Amino acid sequence: MRFERRAHVPLHLAVAAPLGAVAAALVLAAGLIGAAGVGPLDAYAAMLRGALGSRLAVTEMLTRATPLILTGLAAATAFRARLWNIGGEGQFYLGALTTAWIGHALPLPGPVGVPVLMLCGMAAGAALLAGPAFLRLRFGVDEVVTTLLLNFVVILFVGMMIEGPLRDPLAFGWPQSVPVDGAFRLPDLVPRTRLHLGLLVAVATAGVVWLVLARTTWGLEARAAGLNPRAAAFAGVSLPATIMGVACLSGGLAGLAGAIEVMGVTGGVTTTMSPGFGYAGIVVAMLAALHPAGVVAAAVFVATVFVGADAMGRATGVPSFIADVIVALSLLTMLVALLFTTHRVRR
Amino acid sequence: MIDALDLLTNASLWAAVLRIATPLIFGVLGALLCERAGVLNLGIEGIMTMGAMAGWLTVHGGGDLWAGLAVAAVSGALMGLIHAMLTVPLGLSQHVSGLGITLFASALAYYLYRLIVTVGESPPTIEPFRPLDLGPLSDVPFLGQVLFAQTAPTYLALATALLLAWGLARTPLGLAIRMTGENPHAVEAQGLDPIAIRIGAVVAGSALMGVGGAFLTMAAFNSFFPEMVQGRGWICIALVVFASWRPGKALLGALLFAFFDAYQLRLQTAVEGVPYQVFLMAPYLLSIAALILVARRAEVPEALMTPYRRGER
Repeated sequence: MRFERRAHVPLHLAVAAPLGAVAAALVLAAGLIGAAGVGPLDAYAAMLRGALGSRLAVTEMLTRATPLILTGLAAATAFRARLWNIGGEGQFYLGALTTAWIGHALPLPGPVGVPVLMLCGMAAGAALLAGPAFLRLRFGVDEVVTTLLLNFVVILFVGMMIEGPLRDPLAFGWPQSVPVDGAFRLPDLVPRTRLHLGLLVAVATAGVVWLVLARTTWGLEARAAGLNPRAAAFAGVSLPATIMGVACLSGGLAGLAGAIEVMGVTGGVTTTMSPGFGYAGIVVAMLAALHPAGVVAAAVFVATVFVGADAMGRATGVPSFIADVIVALSLLTMLVALLFTTHRVRR
Repeated sequence: MIDALDLLTNASLWAAVLRIATPLIFGVLGALLCERAGVLNLGIEGIMTMGAMAGWLTVHGGGDLWAGLAVAAVSGALMGLIHAMLTVPLGLSQHVSGLGITLFASALAYYLYRLIVTVGESPPTIEPFRPLDLGPLSDVPFLGQVLFAQTAPTYLALATALLLAWGLARTPLGLAIRMTGENPHAVEAQGLDPIAIRIGAVVAGSALMGVGGAFLTMAAFNSFFPEMVQGRGWICIALVVFASWRPGKALLGALLFAFFDAYQLRLQTAVEGVPYQVFLMAPYLLSIAALILVARRAEVPEALMTPYRRGER
C-alpha cells in the first residue's frame, strides 16, 4: 500500500474529513462511556442538551468558544509556517496577567482603554513566543520544548504575582489578581448571561487572519516558509524575518485570548482560569486543517464537547474528563483523516 | 549562605537526588530509544501519566507492586503503539501525533481514575515500594543512606541505563536501531525492515516511559492525582538533546538535573524572603539554558522526524 499526494484537495473531502474524524472519535469514546455503565446515546443526548439545549446553554458554550477561537488561530498561524508553538497556554496567561495589571489602574475612558488593553495582552503573548523563536533562529534550539517548558514557568510566575504584588486585597485570601477596572469590562451580548462582546472580536479576528494569510504577500511568504523553507529562501523570502513575524502574530493571538477572557469573563487572573485553552487550541487548529474559517467551527465543536460534558457529568455521572478524551481522540482521528484528503491510496 | 553550603554535605540531599532522578532516567532513556530509531515521541508526558495511573490502579486493585510496574509498562507500550502506527507506516506529523497521544493518554488516565475515585473523595493510597535494607551496606555512614537504601525501581533504572548503553553500542540490534535513525535506506539495503525496527523502538521506549511514570505513584508518592507528572516528560525530551542522544550522558544529565531539583527544594526552606515559585521555576529555566548550551554542537540523528516510505527517496 502506498500513498500518493493529490494535486488538489476536492472540497467535499476537505469538509468530510473533520466530520468523519469527529464521528470516529465519538464512536471510540462510546466504549469508555459504556464502561461507566451509561448508554452512550443517552450520554451524547445529555451532552447536546447541556451545550445547545437552552438559550443559557448556548451562550455558555459560545463564551467557552471565544478564547478557543483565538488560541486555535494562534496554533493555526504558527503551524502553517512550521513554527511549533505549543506555548499557547503560557501566552494566554501572560496576556491575561498583563491586561489585569495594566487595566487595574489605566486612566483612560472605556472605549479607548479596551483596545489598548487588547494590544497590551497581544504584546505580552507575542514577546513570550518571540523568545523561543529567537532561540531557534539564533541557536537552533527546538521551539517545541522551549514553548512547553515556558508554560510551566509562566503559570508559576502568575502564581507569584497574584500572591505578591498583584494580589487582590478584596479577594478574602483567595489568590487572585487585582481585577481590571469596571470601565474595561466587555459589555454582554445577551443580557444576564456571561456571553460578551469578545465573541465578535474573536470571529472578526479570524476574518482578518484569513485575509492576511490568504491575500497578502506576507501571508504567502509565511505559508511558503512552512511548505518548503529552501524554495522560499531561494525565492527571496527572508526566513528569519518571516518566522519572527509569524511568532509575534501567533503569540499575540494567544495573548489576546487571555486579555479578552479577563475583560469579558473573569475580571481578575487566577492560576486555574484556563481549563487548557492553549492546548485545546492545537486541537481546534488541526480540526480546522489550519484554516482560519474552519477554526471558528472547530472551536464551537470543542466548546460544545466541554460544556456538554459538564452537564452530562451532572446528569449521568460519567466523569467530565470524557470531554478531554473526545477532544484528544478527534485530534488523532483528524490527523489520519487529513492524510486521506491530501493523499490517495495506491496498491 | 552557610546554610546553603551545609545542605550539600547532607546525605538526605544526595539520597533525594537518586530518588528524583529515577522517573527522569526511565523517561529520558525511553525518549532516547525512540529518537535513536528516528521517531520523536512527544507522547511522553501523557504516557508517564498513564503509567502512573495504571501502576497505582493495579496495586490499588490488589496486585503486586511488580505487577503494577509491568501493567504500567504495558499501558505505556500500548500508547506508544498508537504513536508508532500513526507516525511510522502512515508517516504522519510526529509533533502533532505525539501531542495528541499526550492529550489522549492523560485524559484517559484521569477518566479511568475518576471512574474509581469520585470528586471530593480523598485520593486512596497504596503501600508503595520501601527503601531496600541491604544490611551492613545500608548502615555505612553517608554512602549507605545515599546508595544502598533506595527503592528497587531506582536500581532497575540504573541497570536499564547501563543495559541500553551497552545494547545500543555493542549489539547488532543496537546498530540496526541507530542506523534506522541515521539512514533507514541503508537498513533496508541490509535486508532489515526499518519500519518494524522503528515501531519496536517506539513501543519499547514508551514502555520505559510508563515505568518512569509509575515510579511517581508507587515509590515517590503513594497515590495518584491529576497533573502529577508536572512537565517531567518535557524535561526528559530536553535531556535527550542535552545528552546528545547518548544513554550514558542521559543518565548523567538526569542525575545533574535531579541534583538541582533536590537542591532547590531544600533552598526553599533555607533561604527566606524569596517567593517559592522562583525556586520551582528554576528546573524549567535550567532545562532551557541547557538546550541553548548544547544546541550548536548537538549530534541529531540524521533521519529524526523524517518518515520512511519504502521505494521513495
